[in-house]
Amino acid sequence: MTEMRMSGAELLLKALVDQGVDTVFGYPGGAVLPIYDALFKQNAIRHVLVRHEQGAVHAAEGYARSTGKPGVVLVTSGPGATNAVTGLTDALMDSIPIVCLTGQVATHLIGNDAFQECDTTGITRPCTKHNWLVKSTEDLARTVHEAFYVATNGRPGPVVIDLPKDVQINQGSYTPPGDVRHKTYRPRVDGDDRQIAEAVRLLAHAKRPIFYTGGGIINSGPRAVAALREFARITGVPVTSTLMGLGAYPASDRQWLGMLGMHGMYEANWAMHDCDVMFALGSRFDDRVTGAIALFSPGSKKVHVDIDPSSINKNVAVEIGIVGDAGRIIEAMIAEWKKQGYQIDKAANDEWWRQIDQWRAKNCLAYYKSDKIIKPQYALERLHALTAGRKTYISTEVGQHQMWAAQFMRFDDPNRWMTSGGLGTMGYGLPAAIGCQLGNPDALVIDIAGEASILMNIQELGTACQYRLPVKVFILNNEYMGMVRQWQELLHGGRYSESYSDALPDFVKLAEAFHCVGMRVTDPGDLDRTIKEMIAIDRPVVVDCIVDKAENCYPMVPSGAAHNQMILGDGAGVAAKIEDNGLALV
Amino acid sequence: MEPEKKILSHTISVLVDNESGVLARVIGLFSGRGYNIESLTVAEVDPAGHRSRITVVTSGTAMVIEQIKAQLSRLVPIHRVSDLTQEGPHVARELALVKVAAAGDKRVESLRIADIFRARVVDSTIHSFVFEITGTTDKVNAFVNLMQPLGLVDVSRTGVAAISRGPEPM
Ligand SMILES: Cc1ncc(C[n+]2csc(CCOP(=O)(O)OP(=O)(O)O)c2C)c(N)n1
Ligand SMILES: [Mg+2]
Repeated sequence: MTEMRMSGAELLLKALVDQGVDTVFGYPGGAVLPIYDALFKQNAIRHVLVRHEQGAVHAAEGYARSTGKPGVVLVTSGPGATNAVTGLTDALMDSIPIVCLTGQVATHLIGNDAFQECDTTGITRPCTKHNWLVKSTEDLARTVHEAFYVATNGRPGPVVIDLPKDVQINQGSYTPPGDVRHKTYRPRVDGDDRQIAEAVRLLAHAKRPIFYTGGGIINSGPRAVAALREFARITGVPVTSTLMGLGAYPASDRQWLGMLGMHGMYEANWAMHDCDVMFALGSRFDDRVTGAIALFSPGSKKVHVDIDPSSINKNVAVEIGIVGDAGRIIEAMIAEWKKQGYQIDKAANDEWWRQIDQWRAKNCLAYYKSDKIIKPQYALERLHALTAGRKTYISTEVGQHQMWAAQFMRFDDPNRWMTSGGLGTMGYGLPAAIGCQLGNPDALVIDIAGEASILMNIQELGTACQYRLPVKVFILNNEYMGMVRQWQELLHGGRYSESYSDALPDFVKLAEAFHCVGMRVTDPGDLDRTIKEMIAIDRPVVVDCIVDKAENCYPMVPSGAAHNQMILGDGAGVAAKIEDNGLALV
Repeated sequence: MEPEKKILSHTISVLVDNESGVLARVIGLFSGRGYNIESLTVAEVDPAGHRSRITVVTSGTAMVIEQIKAQLSRLVPIHRVSDLTQEGPHVARELALVKVAAAGDKRVESLRIADIFRARVVDSTIHSFVFEITGTTDKVNAFVNLMQPLGLVDVSRTGVAAISRGPEPM
């Protein structure tokens, strides 16, 4: 049989199709023209033209997080690649599978400072899970399959394939996906049975247990989500989650304590602090979660389940560290629990829940209501109430609005929540919403934004318009980089250095200039009507929701403090003082 | 000092695919995460299988050493990471070329010390010697220190190569 010869560009598209790719987010340029030419001649892959390469990566992240499939990005060499770097770093921090294809100057020009040349593999080495420079067309298809394997297996993450222009043009032969087996990268998925048995025994004898879950449950997939829910049900253990893990456990369930961490729930943080057995499931003891490490959950025995061995004992030393896939390990734990016939210790469990209910009674999200100005928390309470019955997906930018969204938008399902957790990238939300809407055409997709963040990738309104994506941008406009202002208020003597959002555009006109619908709401009495109208319009809408400028986001574990030293808002309790050593921490 | 704060030196062997950028990945990992490199050597050890072996001597608390190994293990082109210090007895050697320029008594004394250390003369002029010495890092350090007052002008060291004792491969 004569083997099929094709150009590198055609081989690339064939490999993508064989990997199940239907959507690519990209932006053309000289070094990827052969690929764009090949795209022009086919219909299997839809190319979505973004307005900035950072937007392409965030859109791919939104697509990936909401669909569970890897996101694919295509950008040109030099500035195209460097513009993608923030998105790649974001995806690395949040473990999102992304395959990013970058154009590169022809192989004979590499190293010559050619036009739009940059050392893409060098620049992206620390911000990808792995990267490749393809030097021969013969290697191209195999490298693409390997890249998908690496991006999606083990702890997911972004990968880059750098494609010199001559490699795209030259002829080569195709390698189908099945032929690829990785010679070095084979992450462990099944947990160690002995450790699992030991961990479950620990849980069975616990008096004050807690499940502290993270994005790993969502990344692991529907099986992990189902297993977590069952495990919690049969054991009666309270569940808290990181920012990344919201939705894995239903917020409407009684065993749900809410998010933990710096702006987490009072009851969640106190339960973490006072628990005697902690199961960390697909979470990584991030500093936003732990607060002061030395004071973190001092009396507990800790079990840590993570697909990435380097997450175990990195920040917090644990008694049992189990490497593997969260879903499989929780399933094995359930089986072990049943096999041993373990029972919930009824008396201890009741006592633990009595304590938790006392913490809950603090009502830590309480805030002063107003009928004059819109409180940001109220705006989100209403947004949540008016979208609750629908298939709603929420993305955010970064700042106070993000934390309020995490607190007030209560998720009952996984993959509905897209926020930049690890990197905290302002400008994430709008492109992520666009990617999410492309992957979920019938869904209601809302970017909860701040007036400062939204300006970082506002150009993507053009993408929303071009592809008729009815994404909603709901700006909590407090005229401040509110989170910066809050820290300056609490830590820097109220010196609001450069945190005022001066010279803001008219967001209504701005939306209209992008052929979107713009709306403004300033009166709490008009809020419901505005939100309902926004939802009803089948086009991209920007709502400029003018909120209280001075509102702070509480509860708060100040940097340098422990979970049991949380500050509550005036609405809930008395504010404590932040220690000076917290100043040096971010 | 609390045991978990104690700084330990470990010799770690890393078997990698000899592909471009692999050394940059390893070094970038150490610099990016603020780990120490006391010595690092690399060379291809299996030309047919395109495998290289990196030996790195590093130091840190027990938790940091564990992190370093876990971080190395998750790099994609890595076959195996083995902590020779932890896994049992091993042999570690370093080679150094030591240039000494001296005359008279000092020249004679440098030769005498070289003899004690079983260093070989691999180059000589009327004004200088180049000694080749192989041994543990401590031994090489001792030799270099002794040469200091005798007219040491230049040192080139390979860094540590190490291997476990006994019949087992890495
Ligand atoms: C790209 C980027 N630059 C700077 C920051 C630091 N930062 C964190 S929150 C914030 C303010 C965000 O303001 P806004 O979008 O208005 O949100 P708010 O806090 O007011 O809700 C800034 C500047 C960041 N997270 N990302
Ligand atoms: Mg703001």
